Amino acid sequence: MSDELRELYQDIILDHGRHPRNFHALEHPTHLARGHNPLCGDRVTVYLAIEGDRIADVSFEGRGCAISTAAASLMTEVLKGKTLAEAQALFAQFHATVTGAPPEDVPEALREDAERLEPLTGVKAYPARVKCATLPWHAFEAALKSGRAGDTVKTE
Amino acid sequence: MSRFDPRRLRREFPIFERNPGLVFLDSGASAQKPRQVIDGIAEFYRSDYANVHRGVYALSARSTDHFEAARERVRAFLNAADEREIVFVRGATEAINLVAHSWGPAHVKAGDEVVISDVEHHSNLVPWQRLCQRAGARLMVAPTDATGEFDLARFEALLTPRTKLVAVTHISNVTGALLPVARIVELAHGVGALVLVDGCQAIPRMPVDVQALGCDFYAFSGHKAYGPTGIGVLYGRFGALLAMPPWQTGGGMITNVTYEETEFQEPPHRFEAGTPDIAGAVGLTEAINFIEGIGREAIRDHEAALTGYGVDRLSRIPGLQLVPGGQRRLSILSFNLDGVHPHDVGTVLDQHGVAVRVGHHCAQPLMDKLGIAGTVRASFGVYNDDADIDRLAEAVEACREMFSR
Repeated sequence: MSDELRELYQDIILDHGRHPRNFHALEHPTHLARGHNPLCGDRVTVYLAIEGDRIADVSFEGRGCAISTAAASLMTEVLKGKTLAEAQALFAQFHATVTGAPPEDVPEALREDAERLEPLTGVKAYPARVKCATLPWHAFEAALKSGRAGDTVKTE
Repeated sequence: MSRFDPRRLRREFPIFERNPGLVFLDSGASAQKPRQVIDGIAEFYRSDYANVHRGVYALSARSTDHFEAARERVRAFLNAADEREIVFVRGATEAINLVAHSWGPAHVKAGDEVVISDVEHHSNLVPWQRLCQRAGARLMVAPTDATGEFDLARFEALLTPRTKLVAVTHISNVTGALLPVARIVELAHGVGALVLVDGCQAIPRMPVDVQALGCDFYAFSGHKAYGPTGIGVLYGRFGALLAMPPWQTGGGMITNVTYEETEFQEPPHRFEAGTPDIAGAVGLTEAINFIEGIGREAIRDHEAALTGYGVDRLSRIPGLQLVPGGQRRLSILSFNLDGVHPHDVGTVLDQHGVAVRVGHHCAQPLMDKLGIAGTVRASFGVYNDDADIDRLAEAVEACREMFSR
């Protein structure tokens, strides 16, 4: 197996892909959005419970490849309890990392969370798969923007 | 059984020289190009190129000769009765849209019905869905059974005098199932419906005789048949084409134009507005020459043997589910690996040098019926051999191990 492939499918990715965390609907979400990648048919619904400017709870449902499922799972883990500004900083950093753009500055307090997302950076070597990793984040962003939502965000 | 040596044939394809070790199993999406096609196009541009049907100069006449010779070549290839039945288009998608936009509104009215199969590519589904929506007609779907075989009895039950058109694929691009087209035509004609066949997957790998099939329209793309992209063919029975108004209009398809009105040419030129893909037609001629040089029976036998070996080899892999393709499956195998998403399989296979297609294969309703998000699809061409299938199977095994660790 190539190093790149090992880098992409690290144990932590396979683990989150198989056993996603926060994989359920929220009973009373304040925000939600659906993400859809028409290229592969992957679908994800991101649920948010926002209190003030803080993400009190976040979860997801859907079907997708190991990469998109693990990305959604890891995303919910790092977003829980964050302020909206912190969440957006993490997304900006994550997006830059997986697309190979110059890294964003992450506040010291978020460095550990950014590191938890690092296993996903292996997708950089697979341009066709970057959208798998960013799909749940785009859905998260759409959920924030659309209020109570129902919009489907597409990666295309 | 006539076999040929795919290893030797592979040397005719420069792509394999430039990409050593490549196991190309995506010919169903688009076939690679033999030197004969690549060189034929280049040589035409170097020696004989000018616009067609316009110039009085010798070069234009020569170019026109090449273009019209391509039409005759396609006619003979399909065993059409008349070369005026061959319309050059961009590809099968444009061919089907031509019929849907020209023949469609003239013949499909409110309350009429169009019947398709449940294994159609979106290109032989969406144009009919749109036509039915505009006309107030109904789109009916004839199912394949649990074994992947087209269900003739249920198809027959759908046919009524309201049926105006039956549009079916010759070979499914997802399951590889060969549909009983001649029988479908017989039944459809019995209620007065015309039949359009999507021949994209059949043309590169088996003999096709449109008169023996009896169909009214037959569409295919050049690029799936070792030819260039941008050229395709709509065969239409001359009587059917004559009853069709123009679709796209412009230069090259008229006999007389005034500001008040226009007289249009007869088929096929009526349907070829604008400068056609002249070099594409020349490339298609070379592709047909290439296919005929091997022989379509020989290609079918070769790919049928590969398909049998592929089914056998893949079926032995634990946790691998083959999508059923009926008794007469040809050159296309779709499968899923338990617990592994097709995209992950595709990425791992790519890392092993095996190029396959993953996803819904432009057949989302079929994926919904099968209850899956997508499949991994391996499809074969003349350059593939048993060793390629072994490489595929080994890579799938490696993938399975990786995801079960």
